[in-house]
Amino acid sequence: MSPLIQITNLKKAYGIFTVLHGINLDIAEGEVVCVIGPSGSGKSTLIRCINRLEAFSSDSSIVVDGVTVGPGKALAKVRAEVGMVFQSFNLFPHLTVLKNVMLAPMRVRGTKPADAERKARELLARVGISEQAEKYPGKLSGGQQQRVAIARALAMEPKVMLFDEPTSSLDPEMVGEVLDVMKKLAGTGVTMVVVTHEMGFARQVADRVIFMDGGRIIEQGTPSEIFDNPKEERTRGFLRAVLNH
Amino acid sequence: MTLEIGITSIIAGLIGGLFLALIRLYGSGPVPFVAKIYIDVFRSIPLLVLLIVVYYALPFVGIRFSPFVSAVVALTLVSSAYTAEIFRAGIEAIPHGQFEASQALGLSGRHMMIDVILPQAIKIVIPPLTNNCINVLKDTALASVVAMPDLLKQATQAQALSANPTPLIGAALIYVALLWPLVSIVARLEKRFGGEKRS
Ligand SMILES: Nc1ncnc2c1ncn2[C@@H]1O[C@H](COP(=O)(O)OP(=O)(O)OP(=O)(O)O)[C@@H](O)[C@H]1O
Ligand SMILES: [Mg+2]
Repeated sequence: MSPLIQITNLKKAYGIFTVLHGINLDIAEGEVVCVIGPSGSGKSTLIRCINRLEAFSSDSSIVVDGVTVGPGKALAKVRAEVGMVFQSFNLFPHLTVLKNVMLAPMRVRGTKPADAERKARELLARVGISEQAEKYPGKLSGGQQQRVAIARALAMEPKVMLFDEPTSSLDPEMVGEVLDVMKKLAGTGVTMVVVTHEMGFARQVADRVIFMDGGRIIEQGTPSEIFDNPKEERTRGFLRAVLNH
Repeated sequence: MTLEIGITSIIAGLIGGLFLALIRLYGSGPVPFVAKIYIDVFRSIPLLVLLIVVYYALPFVGIRFSPFVSAVVALTLVSSAYTAEIFRAGIEAIPHGQFEASQALGLSGRHMMIDVILPQAIKIVIPPLTNNCINVLKDTALASVVAMPDLLKQATQAQALSANPTPLIGAALIYVALLWPLVSIVARLEKRFGGEKRS
């Protein structure tokens, strides 16, 4: 079976500064991949290329579920299949929590409002915030907002969920509630690509851990291969630094 | 008449301004540049000059508008230029994450604007837009030079007839009476939309 996400020779530069040096990466359907690495190593850029929030070099190729991620019409199709959760939530502040979750299915898939609402309430229950449905995002805690953001992405029933440091801007006591939702999600068979500094989460949930540095994949493997038995010196150095914190 | 000219120009200016702002921000090829030129030109040209051009100069090239249409055309050309800059500033004030979240969800550019960006931008632009509306209403007085039976003009004529300034003062009072409720409605709107911060 061909991989759900196929990244070939992915290159990205800002002017003369190269951020990604020809990344090759295949991700299978249902796989949970965690991407770790030092700040500035290109983790965010990598996953933002998958739904083309970042444009990339024209000799690179990304294929998601058989559709080439390019600047043309097919992009809408890719984005409908790929959900994304941001570090800064990016909820729509002028819409209630419920409307945040209902919007994309209605506008992109043409779902009827009643169906979109039923689905939204179901998802809000799943992430544990049913009672907040009629509130505006600004009234919610960070952890609650991020769970709404996850529900909002899931409402499109995506094949792939991208997470860019979903817990990095949360107060420590709220990290757990978001990670719990993500753990449950990982058990449902949705493909996940998670950029994270939560090594405990990566070890427990990931099928595969990818270590990046300087715009390259330095090493990848199962959590125990990467965390217990890293082969590359750079991986060891990074793990030593983060685990001793 | 003043009020009709003012309101027609305001509405046309809002529509034209939003359109100009959108093509300036998101148009392709030379479109944004052309929009920028338009905006810069019509923000710098004195309204009086424009009114005279529209009413007295255009007939020489075969374009003849009624006084009402002349006034509305001139006011709208200027108002839409100002309004465009106000809308552009409002749209640019929306955090980048709102655009990214919309795109990541698969919303089309149109839906992103209608459902996510503009509703938030509107709250930001209400105060400057109101100022602009008031300016347009004030400017309708100038339209009297293009032969509109405008309030002030009628007053001046009445004054000339009777050599008595009372009609002029009366006209000024009517102006204030027209603008005053608007200013206070606007202040209340500002309070309502500005005060309820939801982000
Ligand atoms: N818009 C931009 N213009 C110029 N350089 C950029 C831009 N965005 C990112 N970069 C650079 O690209 C490199 C990779 O950035 P990226 O955000 O992908 O790193 P990251 O691994 O996600 O880091 P972090 O852990 O800090 O989020 C960094 O050196 C960053 O400075
Ligand atoms: Mg990052």
